[in-house]
Amino acid sequence: MKTLDIRNVVKRYPNGTLAVKGVNVAVEEGELVVFVGPSGCGKSTLLRMIAGLEDVTEGEIELAGRVVNDIEPAERNIAMVFQNYALYPHMTVRGNLSYGLRNRGLPKDEIARKVAEAARILQIEEYLDRKPRQLSGGQRQRVAMGRAIVRDPAIFLFDEPLSNLDAKLRNQMRLELKQLQRRLRTAAIYVTHDQVEAMTLADRIVVLNAGEVEQIGTPEEVYESPASTFVAGFIGAPPMNLLEVVVEGGVALVGGERVAVASRHAGPAILGIRPERVQIDPEGAHEMEVEAVEELGATRLVHARLGNQPFTITQDAREARPGDRFRVTIPPGEVSLFDRGTGRRI
Amino acid sequence: MQSSRFDSPLTPYFLLLPQMAIIAVFFLWPAAEAIWSSFFLEDPFFGTRTFVGFENYVEALSSADYRRAAWFTAIFTLIVALGSLALGMWLAVAADNVLRGRSAYKTILMWVYAIAPPVAGLIGVMLFDQHIGPLVDFVGLFGHEMKVGVNWWDTAIAMMIVATWKQIPYNFIFVLSGLQSIPNSVREAAAIDCRSSVRRFWTVIFPLLAPTTFFLLVINITYALFETFGIIDLMVKGEPGNNPKTLVYKVFLDGFRGNDLGGSSAQSVILMILVLVLTIAQFRLLERRIHYK
Repeated sequence: MKTLDIRNVVKRYPNGTLAVKGVNVAVEEGELVVFVGPSGCGKSTLLRMIAGLEDVTEGEIELAGRVVNDIEPAERNIAMVFQNYALYPHMTVRGNLSYGLRNRGLPKDEIARKVAEAARILQIEEYLDRKPRQLSGGQRQRVAMGRAIVRDPAIFLFDEPLSNLDAKLRNQMRLELKQLQRRLRTAAIYVTHDQVEAMTLADRIVVLNAGEVEQIGTPEEVYESPASTFVAGFIGAPPMNLLEVVVEGGVALVGGERVAVASRHAGPAILGIRPERVQIDPEGAHEMEVEAVEELGATRLVHARLGNQPFTITQDAREARPGDRFRVTIPPGEVSLFDRGTGRRI
Repeated sequence: MQSSRFDSPLTPYFLLLPQMAIIAVFFLWPAAEAIWSSFFLEDPFFGTRTFVGFENYVEALSSADYRRAAWFTAIFTLIVALGSLALGMWLAVAADNVLRGRSAYKTILMWVYAIAPPVAGLIGVMLFDQHIGPLVDFVGLFGHEMKVGVNWWDTAIAMMIVATWKQIPYNFIFVLSGLQSIPNSVREAAAIDCRSSVRRFWTVIFPLLAPTTFFLLVINITYALFETFGIIDLMVKGEPGNNPKTLVYKVFLDGFRGNDLGGSSAQSVILMILVLVLTIAQFRLLERRIHYK
């Protein structure tokens, strides 16, 4: 069953700007869906429309079986975790957690039970009587999460919740968040501009660009077969190599180089290949010159040119650094082709 | 803060001299003079003065007239301070919630503050004028003939209304900026947690405005106690008669109309002590003022 169904949703601001241009997304029960895209792609606007913090210009949002377009945020049965935590600074942690429940008129013992349960899950029991300003960023983050959990919502909405934490804490919280969501089996939408977060957290990724959905798929699908050059360039670090080519009879021509492709397409196209799928091979068909080398610890990026277009290869750092001139093999099965005009996958 | 260095240790004092001179001439000297003369019974015509100790104070504090003025001042101050705060806050919250033309509303409401206080006071007084005052006509519709400056109650109510009215823009500006310092995401979190906007205001917005509110209360109290002199003077048209008066106005009346310089000085010293207490309270408050992130 679908927990959330977004149908042809459009957001137009009073000044005429189209922030979201007809988006269709469904979130299944217990699923964690990540909206990812560059800033200004409409992902936050979409999330805020689901929360009821922004009006829906056109289309329908159906949550747990009812259309919620005209329902107040407090009545939607959602819980949101904000980027800057948005805790109530004048309330204790306990007050923050129980505020929504008190407003709903729940009995006191039930509130106490829920707060205690959430505090136990998030290990914030010691801080219950402190004010938010006495807590560290990570602790505040947990409180914000706790405030969402106690509501027992139909869906969690996360708006870049980890972006204010330092890198180490961010990785730790990311893992915890994923485990928590699995354990609660509550559907969730997670908005981020960080493709690593998207890849690691998501059951399914929705890649957004300029208010439109570029691709919806599992992290594997999005990575292995990006639907467009935009997705190919956005997901993966370093991004996929994208080369302008002309394809003829199963061979792509890049400058003077001939790259074998497993496609019957003919004519101009864009060829995409992930940097780590290119093999450095003394017997390889393509010779190139090293332009720069970046050591990343576990891996090494070798920047070169293929047919006079920039080309990056990722190599295990324990392997020997290539000499000034080296040869590579491009496996035909790893190559993607995109339309030059639309950027869509061929 | 980094301390600056001067070539000569006397330079900073030299630079402070103009300010110090102003404080000395316009504050310290008159204040000292007031304290000094509050211990004397002074002949207003060609000054022979008799030392009377605390007699002026005793007389002031024990007179029925003084106590009546003190009571009136207390109630007047309370109503003006709370009234202008409440109305200023109400308008600020309303202007903050306006979706279209928000800045126009804000500008218009702030404009009033740019009007010079005596002019604003005069406009307020005109509203209650016996002959041309629209508010007098309005009350007349209900069968009551308002006589500001003659009837004690009418005068008291008119004073409070004009004094409150004039202080509203000041409160409006501060509350509005206080509202803008509340993060949007906190309001949004509250919108998700609580369906009633009235309840949201009292449980989230109002507590977060507390530092601003305390600050304004102190300012409003000072205003109602001291700065309403001009309004009151205009209202009673310099002929106090049986009209309500605040303590500051009474200092003026006793000193310059009653020619009781010693008694009036004693009263002003009492007010000085009151200001001192208020100022200390305000400084403490500002120091301890909670800054929410």
